[in-house]
Amino acid sequence: MNNIIKRFIPQILAILFVVLIFGFLTLNAQTNMDNRGIDFGFGFLSQESSFDVQFSLIEYSGSDSYARAFLVGLLNTLLVSFISIIICTILGVIIGVARLSSNYLIKNSAAWYVEFFRNIPLLLQIFFWYYAALRALPMPEKANAWFGVTYMTVKGYYIPAMVWENLNVFLYCGFAAIISIIVLRNYANKLRDTQGKQIPVLFYSVALLIVLPLLSFLFGGVSLEFEIPELKKLSKISYIYEGGISLPPELIALVLALSLYTSTFVAECVRAGIEGVSKGQKEAAASVGLTPNQVLKLVIMPQALRIIIPPTTNQYLNLTKNSSLAAAIAYPDLVLVFAGTALMQTGKAIEIVSITMLTYLTISLTIAAIMNWYNKKIEIKEK
Amino acid sequence: MQAINFLKPNRDNIKNYSIIGSFLVLVSLIDVISNAFLKINLTSFLPGSLTTLFPLILGLIGLNMMRIDYSGNQKLDFLNKNINTNNFNALLTLLILFSIIKALPQSLSWMIFDATISGDSKDACTGTGACWTYIKVWFRRFMYGMYPNEFHWRINTAFILVIALGFVGYFMKENLKKYLALYYVIIYPVIAYLVIYYLISGGSFGLQWVETGAWGGLSLTFIVSFFCLIFCFPLGMIFALGRRSNLPVIKYISICYIEFWRGVPLITVLFMSSVMFPMFLPEDFFMDKLVRVIIAITLFEAAYCAEVIRGGLQSLPRGQYDAAKSLGMGYWKMHIFVILPQALKLVIPGIANTFLALVKDTPLIFVVGLAELAGMLALAKTNPKWLGFAMEGYIFASIVFWIICYAMSKYSYNLEAKYKTER
Repeated sequence: MNNIIKRFIPQILAILFVVLIFGFLTLNAQTNMDNRGIDFGFGFLSQESSFDVQFSLIEYSGSDSYARAFLVGLLNTLLVSFISIIICTILGVIIGVARLSSNYLIKNSAAWYVEFFRNIPLLLQIFFWYYAALRALPMPEKANAWFGVTYMTVKGYYIPAMVWENLNVFLYCGFAAIISIIVLRNYANKLRDTQGKQIPVLFYSVALLIVLPLLSFLFGGVSLEFEIPELKKLSKISYIYEGGISLPPELIALVLALSLYTSTFVAECVRAGIEGVSKGQKEAAASVGLTPNQVLKLVIMPQALRIIIPPTTNQYLNLTKNSSLAAAIAYPDLVLVFAGTALMQTGKAIEIVSITMLTYLTISLTIAAIMNWYNKKIEIKEK
Repeated sequence: MQAINFLKPNRDNIKNYSIIGSFLVLVSLIDVISNAFLKINLTSFLPGSLTTLFPLILGLIGLNMMRIDYSGNQKLDFLNKNINTNNFNALLTLLILFSIIKALPQSLSWMIFDATISGDSKDACTGTGACWTYIKVWFRRFMYGMYPNEFHWRINTAFILVIALGFVGYFMKENLKKYLALYYVIIYPVIAYLVIYYLISGGSFGLQWVETGAWGGLSLTFIVSFFCLIFCFPLGMIFALGRRSNLPVIKYISICYIEFWRGVPLITVLFMSSVMFPMFLPEDFFMDKLVRVIIAITLFEAAYCAEVIRGGLQSLPRGQYDAAKSLGMGYWKMHIFVILPQALKLVIPGIANTFLALVKDTPLIFVVGLAELAGMLALAKTNPKWLGFAMEGYIFASIVFWIICYAMSKYSYNLEAKYKTER
């Protein structure tokens, strides 16, 4: 009896406490909204948004709905996160490996890189790139070509656009290449397990990836042309580049700051992972006759990755959440487009802020769920 | 044989090779230095891009010649081991050295030699270098925001008092030490709040009232992060214990709380506190924006704190729990006297890291209109009298934050090392 009371009273009190808080808040919100004549509802999502977005991946104009504006913001958030994740991974792996180098200069420059970029608030870094560094770039008419065809100007980075013909044939070919690589790998594994034969899978995979898409160019009627940006005079003093793709300076500043900042954390994860594999493992693998390449591929990497991947995914998640700082420099991401402009126009604070938070929450929880599943899968199964 | 050995240095011809090699490296360094500092191109007689590649090639050959295993010369061995183990390493060494040499004169002349610091208006900055006059003139604004100049002593006094009170624990008498936790968790926050409220806000004791809208600059960063830290720690502890509880309702409430706050970006939390939260308050109940923001950041950081503390709770061996239970201790007795003292000691470095993240997050309050350092910079940047000094401003702010955060991260490393050895 005593035990039951001990178990149930705290739980009931906790439920009561939560219910009371939520009830109190809802009641207040109800009266406040009644007083101000606002009604709660998500009907506004289908209304015409009547505002413009500077940069968008999909067709969008003021006559589209708020739901589409939400989609534009979400896609922009995902775009900037995706590019930054790729760059920060490359940088992070290089810096992380460099920190373990035997070269005194490399080791210390990598350490200073990490200490430098990790200890400055991200918002200041974004401001620095956007307001100070990128503002020092030349005007369009004075810009020098980078790699001959791209132009870095104060108005953005202009790169050639790709004009495809029969893109779908090319995509099918790439898809076919990937499927054949998977089949090949399975076959190779089977061959190794049953007959002990080794075939150079990597070489064949790369060859397949190159040859099949190349065939599509030769026989599939696929063609690729580049639309190169060209300087055009708008008025006496104002010039602009036409054609090609223009990446706005907001995007560049954001990608630079996010990837430099997060790469320091990724570098630390990589370093910890490689240091975490004990030396005995390497020596044991070498002593059973594996070649250095096989040692790296079959013994070191699987163990190091087990340590590296979970915290690194956490960093990717942080990066995606940090990309919401875009609002501070007016890059049209989810927060700026939806929780900023749309909120100003509709005044639906509760609905819009909840939708925005729920979106981020869904992204985070999905990735967290995948991570938990992955962790369970690669966990060392001890007897 | 001698002819074949020409490019393969070994112990027989060590003397020739080390001398020729170091001479070549020296020449390449001199070339780069004269190029960067004196703007003299020594190799202008060479055609085209060879001029720029010349020192690199020369240095590589030189380092290759110097690479003699077990040469017997201690200095040479030390050099080879550290910067010159193979050709790739040598190349990277040279690239790093050259880029440092090339970047040094430019940045030095911008930051120091051509910079201006005298004067008190924009007109003083005529040179090509940085305009530190801008920082000098705006320094008080960057530190104290729009807080009236004549009252700055109030902020300083309040900070000194709060820091001094924080150190009281160190000098407490031995028989009072058992109340240390009580002091830091309950009494200290209350006193700190009263000090900051009465000194910085004013309004009584003959001090003039200064509204929170005028607070700003670096001092606001400190105020926000200080309050968030002292409030988020106990809250985090509650949720950490809740998450490890065996009562399902409490466990799942804690999990929901933690996962919710960890899943959303801070900027949306701040938006919530500034536009959505007022809707949830009773009518004619006014809450200051700064207070709302501090509550929001506290709730947010408490979730991260809870996870850190949970890590500490989990790392304690089960035996500790079993031993405490076998002595007949109840849940609270067990946690207060056995588990938490050990677990909290373990998580001090983790908490320090959370605090570091918190300090780095505070500039974000700029997006809801509170002018701490980043906000003051944005304000100063758009001042018509001081246009065009964004670079100096952001470099100054970066240096300030870097020093604070670097010191904190070093301190937390030290703590980590200290507690590792004690266990």
